[in-house]
Amino acid sequence: MKNRSLVTLAGHSREKIEYLIRMAQEFEKHPNRRILAGRVVATLFFEPSTRTRLSFETAANRLGARVIGFADPKVTSGTKGETLKDTIMMVSSYADVIVMRHYLEGAALYASEVAPVPIVNAGDGANQHPSQTMLDMYTIYQTQGTLDNLNIYMVGDLKYGRTVHSLLMAMRHFNPTFHFIAPDELAMPAVYKRYCDEYGIKYVEHQDFDADTISDADILYMTRVQKERFADLDEYERVKDRYLLKKDMLCKARPNMKILHPLPRVNEIEYTIDDTPYAYYFQQAQNGLYARQALICDVLGISLEDVMNDSTIL
Amino acid sequence: MMVAAIENGTVLDHIPSERLFDVVSMLHLEKMGNAITIGFNFKSAVMGTKSIIKIADKYFTDEELNQLSAVAPNITLCVIKDYEIIEKRTVVMPEELVGIVQCPNPKCITNNEPMKTRFRSVAQGNDILRCSYCNRDVELKDVRIVE
Repeated sequence: MKNRSLVTLAGHSREKIEYLIRMAQEFEKHPNRRILAGRVVATLFFEPSTRTRLSFETAANRLGARVIGFADPKVTSGTKGETLKDTIMMVSSYADVIVMRHYLEGAALYASEVAPVPIVNAGDGANQHPSQTMLDMYTIYQTQGTLDNLNIYMVGDLKYGRTVHSLLMAMRHFNPTFHFIAPDELAMPAVYKRYCDEYGIKYVEHQDFDADTISDADILYMTRVQKERFADLDEYERVKDRYLLKKDMLCKARPNMKILHPLPRVNEIEYTIDDTPYAYYFQQAQNGLYARQALICDVLGISLEDVMNDSTIL
Repeated sequence: MMVAAIENGTVLDHIPSERLFDVVSMLHLEKMGNAITIGFNFKSAVMGTKSIIKIADKYFTDEELNQLSAVAPNITLCVIKDYEIIEKRTVVMPEELVGIVQCPNPKCITNNEPMKTRFRSVAQGNDILRCSYCNRDVELKDVRIVE
């Protein structure tokens, strides 16, 4: 049987992404079902990530699955020297699907190669975080009515920000124009600019972050500039407020523009923006539930048709 | 400097000198009983210096030779029979290099599990390899071979 694991969205076709969005729409209409009754979902978090774990576990629970797993790697045999392969093989004998967060890059692909059950990558180091990307794309579609031909502005830490890398790769089918706004230290890495060149994706780099720069944005994707990324703390102090989105910077924004943020935010978005029609980060987080319900069902071989004809809706 | 001709076997020429010992280890020459001549730091009009290896009574498979493209993509290979060159060829980058290149990313799963690395060349040219696991790119000049 074809391995249905979800390691990255980068290899997904346009049709597959649109299909998953349609499935997430069904779950948004009816999030509470028994379609996974009798199934066991394992959530293995080798690196703590409370919000991603809660989102996945809620997704599984609301579909009637039972959830096993660990949230703290200190309790696993990995600390005794067990290989990832052995842990995955052991859990595969208990669960129907494994949702895995790991601190090592490429861990999800490797797990999917050795596991007899599907793996859902819930983040592997700085590499991929496809469920975040799926909920981002779902949110973009929900707010813009399309994924095609959008101006997507990415702001903040574009070097280590895994979410922006995954989004960039998955959007390649939809003719986006990316605008990268970041300090030199946290600029978009060459490998992703090369990726844009390979796929003919347009991009513009900016250092300024003001009302004029973002006036053509359809999506303003904010990320956190993390202090620990800087070798020179003076440099951090110098740039940290330069990438703070202030309310008055929205004066020239397009009416359809929405601000997204993978959360948690610290000081990237002024709190007064929360009450404007541009703020959409909390709805975005909620969409994580529907996107993850779709992803879990998809790797288990449950089709959109199954979801639409589901008689287990509560 | 002249190097004695071999009657039968394989000659690898135009090896970048800094890659000579990588080539030796990738072909496991140190474990062979055959007569082997190794020339190091020969003058070369094109390369500055080059290295050369002659292995008597040994013919390699395409797979063994093509893996050398990870460290010496411009190598020249001559197959010798009865002192004559019966075939002259270059190496071709395989679609995937399995268990050959070490990933430079210490946080890559391949550096933390007992497993084989996998690299592919990035579309434009063959001078950049990408780790199939962590997606880290490595330029050919920086490639390190798995120990």
